Amino acid sequence: MSNYTHPEVLVSTEWVEAHGNDANVRVVEVDVDTKAYEEGHIPGAIAWDWQTQLCDSVRRDIIPKDQFEELMSQSGISPATTVIIYGDNNNWFAAWAIWQMKIYGHKDVRLMNGGRKKWLSEGRELTTDVAAVKPEAYQAVAADYSIRAFLPEVQAASRERAASLVDVRSPGEYSGEILAPAGLPETCQRGGHIPGARSIPWGKAVNDDGTFQSHDELERLYGAEGVDASRPVIAYCRIGERSSHTWFVLKYLLGFENVRNYDGSWTEWGNLVGAPVERGAVSQAGA
Amino acid sequence: MRVEEFTERSLQLSGWDVHLTTYRLGEIYHCKADNVSPGAALARTTGESREVAEQKAIERAEQLLSRTRRNRV
Repeated sequence: MSNYTHPEVLVSTEWVEAHGNDANVRVVEVDVDTKAYEEGHIPGAIAWDWQTQLCDSVRRDIIPKDQFEELMSQSGISPATTVIIYGDNNNWFAAWAIWQMKIYGHKDVRLMNGGRKKWLSEGRELTTDVAAVKPEAYQAVAADYSIRAFLPEVQAASRERAASLVDVRSPGEYSGEILAPAGLPETCQRGGHIPGARSIPWGKAVNDDGTFQSHDELERLYGAEGVDASRPVIAYCRIGERSSHTWFVLKYLLGFENVRNYDGSWTEWGNLVGAPVERGAVSQAGA
Repeated sequence: MRVEEFTERSLQLSGWDVHLTTYRLGEIYHCKADNVSPGAALARTTGESREVAEQKAIERAEQLLSRTRRNRV
């Protein structure tokens, strides 16, 4: 696939059709709209609900290690399983799931390029049958937070311009014109962006069919905003799922060593007392 | 079963660009409305015809979009 730095993290819809039911492969659908799976899904695929299975909604956190191990075990996944994740909205929450699996050290987890949309548009087989799963006993490694940014690090990055901050939300959210994607509930007290952040909406990284743009197109997209592998990068959005998508692009398709997802994102920053905020339209790189 | 009659189109609702994806699964038509930027799902509906499924999605999306406040910046 293209000349990505880590092409092994992507599989095509053709590959999933041919190998999705192989003994050591588990296909998982993770959607923004959790009803999509019930409508019809890839034969053999199971589903994870991001709202209940991939979030600790009391602590507003990712799931703790023991819950992660339980989810993997009940999903029939062992540390040696090749996990293929796909979802709606060009893999928004599929990327969120991969980010969490990498935090807990799962070696072989890949994204189906193009996600649910490409599978549907190609007229491939769907089923409403829920796959039977033989549970495994999964043991995760300790969480690796080198790919996760917390508030103090983001504050330092903004204050000292020590890292490239990438705001992947829509231009209207970045400018402060709207407080959430149009039609969705507002989750913050004010609009705008973190001082110093560049606006590179996540959707610019994908083609019309949902697949990722080529390595060279991606390099040009981020390079035009001064974002390259020479500096650490922190991506954020509203709750951390769109920025997981951008994290995936920068980490695996472009091969940046130091890129983190700030899952506190605008829901955290936009509600902080006394935090600086910039407002207004997108400016040119270097401005 | 397979998706048939897959179509996509764009339209404006309450001043916002919306993307409609419609297809048939068996005898049922399914429609999904997303806002174009950033691409978040607004409505998922079904109907016995394409027109019915799309109309339901348009009505629901319009309802949600009409509540969105635009701030001066």
